[in-house]
Amino acid sequence: MNINESVRNFIESNLIAFDDDFTIDDDDNIFESGFVDSSVAMQLVVFVEGEFNIQVTDEDLDLVNFSTINRLVQFINKKNNN
Amino acid sequence: MNQDARQKMIVKEAREFAAEVLRPRAGAFDREESLPRDVIDEMAKRKFLLASLPEAYGGLGLDPVYYGLFTEEIGKACCSTRGLITVQNSLVGETLLRWGSEEQKTRWLLSVDRGEMLGAFALSEPEIGTDARGVQTRYQIDGKDYVLNGRKKWISFGEIAGFFIVIASRESEITAFIVERDRPGVSVYPIKGLLANRAAHLAEIEFKDVKISGDNVIGKPGSGFTFIVGTALDHGRYSIAWAGVAIAQEALDCMASYARKRKQFGRKIGEYQLIQRMICNAVTQTHAARALCVKAGEMRIQGDSQAVAETTIAKYFTSKIAMGIASDAVQVHGGSGCSNRYPVERLFREAKLLEIIEGTSQIQQQIIAKYGLRAYGRIQKD
Repeated sequence: MNINESVRNFIESNLIAFDDDFTIDDDDNIFESGFVDSSVAMQLVVFVEGEFNIQVTDEDLDLVNFSTINRLVQFINKKNNN
Repeated sequence: MNQDARQKMIVKEAREFAAEVLRPRAGAFDREESLPRDVIDEMAKRKFLLASLPEAYGGLGLDPVYYGLFTEEIGKACCSTRGLITVQNSLVGETLLRWGSEEQKTRWLLSVDRGEMLGAFALSEPEIGTDARGVQTRYQIDGKDYVLNGRKKWISFGEIAGFFIVIASRESEITAFIVERDRPGVSVYPIKGLLANRAAHLAEIEFKDVKISGDNVIGKPGSGFTFIVGTALDHGRYSIAWAGVAIAQEALDCMASYARKRKQFGRKIGEYQLIQRMICNAVTQTHAARALCVKAGEMRIQGDSQAVAETTIAKYFTSKIAMGIASDAVQVHGGSGCSNRYPVERLFREAKLLEIIEGTSQIQQQIIAKYGLRAYGRIQKD
């Protein structure tokens, strides 16, 4: 499974959507969508650290990094390249 | 000595400290509405204040499960002292450890470790409780500095803390600051006459044009709610979940002990089935509560992203059953249970507080329901 699929799986499993067929686009802002609550941001931090073996630091604390699938993939790639 | 044996020994030390120092004096702390300095100093000396933090930052390196068992031992004996651990370790310590700069960690965590000063977490306000995103304490940017104005309320250990983690807003942005107590413009007003946590030195704190250096921002400006408050409340809830187990277990101990001794109608009251029903419920619920907390702790050790949800479930459940068991413990004690000469009177008051702090039971229910809606009963995609 590539990074995009892994991130997508995690986010979709944490969406509060009443329609089982609901999907999210790579650039949809998950926090503005109303389908997640703020606790999901912390879960995302734990998820990316555990899944991709990276350390999210105080310098990374920008909600934008966690707001869309594409942003998360970019963030993970950036951290891995560093 | 391996890690497991070392951690077991620390929990045992906490149990002995609680038996010798805390339990005999807990009633007096409550009546006098103060946790004496000698107790705080002794706990700092034993490195209890930051027990779950790494040794490099003054902690004992307890993993989440052992930290929970440690919290239970302290909490069984004295809820206000457990509150000291919750604030220093879970709210202030873990938040700074997770998101503080290296300089902030070294300066503030080691100050707590050495017992030089305590920290406090300042989120609630006179008009803002559950709706934490709506904090009315404001900050303005002044060059490289910040200026704070506002008022915080119900701040545990605020009366005696040397620094505060303050959550403030500027338009839609929320930021966390470290504010030294001795900054010009900071005023502290102790709060007395509380139902519970009476010895936890609660205070209202006023900030009037308080100038703060940019070095005192935790994380990045704007990260205060989602990440800083999120981290603090997650750790706080984990600690309060164990506080619920502690009260439930202590109330059960008191209830069983009294039921074995007290005679009515020529028989020990523990022989009566309606008393046994209360003891049965207390045993079952306490065991279930502890199992939930251990599971949440194990998930935290494993870095499981669902540990946040499991912690919320544990906090909701343990605080609810602690209230019920403490109420039954008073019932079993009859008239004596209504007297402050018996610990169950205090446990009953302390239990109620757990259903309110670190997120009310009603908020936990909403979070857990949303978790259930997303986690269960979905059609699996191929």
